[in-house]
Amino acid sequence: RHRLSSNEKLLLASMFHSLFAIGSQLSPEVGSSGIEMLETDTFKLHCFQTLTGIKFVVLADPRQAGIDSLLRKIYEIYSDFALKNPFYSLEMPIRCELFDQNLKLALEAAEKAGPFGPGS
Amino acid sequence: MSRPPGRKQENHKISRELFVLTYGALVAQLCKDYEKDEDVNTCLDRMGYGIGVRLIDDFLARSAVKKCRSYSETADMIAQVAFKMYLGVTPSVTCSSAAGNEFSLILDKNPLVDFVEELPPERASLCYCNLLCGVIRGALEMVHLAAEVTFLQDRLKGDAVTEIGITFLRKAEDRKHKR
Repeated sequence: RHRLSSNEKLLLASMFHSLFAIGSQLSPEVGSSGIEMLETDTFKLHCFQTLTGIKFVVLADPRQAGIDSLLRKIYEIYSDFALKNPFYSLEMPIRCELFDQNLKLALEAAEKAGPFGPGS
Repeated sequence: MSRPPGRKQENHKISRELFVLTYGALVAQLCKDYEKDEDVNTCLDRMGYGIGVRLIDDFLARSAVKKCRSYSETADMIAQVAFKMYLGVTPSVTCSSAAGNEFSLILDKNPLVDFVEELPPERASLCYCNLLCGVIRGALEMVHLAAEVTFLQDRLKGDAVTEIGITFLRKAEDRKHKR
């Protein structure tokens, strides 16, 4: 499986950031949110934007359930283990051990809750 | 104080006394570091700001509140939900301008000053709880609301009540684009 480098991730994320903004502008309705879900045949991209403007993006199997609660759980993990770490600077890459550990646990729990087992 | 991963989110209660003592120690140290009251006040406000910009996401993640549609809703949210969540008190809110952008929070009880009777005479201009103003200002800024937050009245200074004034500086609808 091809793993994206950090730079590639940053590039794609910033492109998605622009698409997200375009999404809400394209809407025929006023006050639309940005892109919440992007679906392809092999994956679904879920995006949750907080009121502070942070976007959490999860790529998952199209059949995977429980992503909404996963996104909110990740928001809690971010607010705990990144934001409450005094040595973490806002808007920088998150290199916090506790954040990674708790994120991993949350992802594993979400996978188990899905319609099929983990390790897919 | 690091939490081992996997432990369920317990409602960690830390002693209120320890919190109040810690805050008092902070103010006392700043008073040693700075001669002028204004400098201490500025420092407290700046520290509060640094807390506020991080605390807002904790507040939003835990309370899962919807976006506020008006300044009035925002002021109510601060007083009734945020103050309750973090300090266990609920200040009352009044709108103090016809334009609808100035609000007052009247603090009946303020846990930070539980053990402080009044300011010493050489520190008469000290805003003891100025950290709170910075927290509110920082938190509001992260949800794209610029505001001025100051203590309008302070029981520690001999006023009848403790009153925090919040002045919203720009219409929320004037935001050009979301981050």
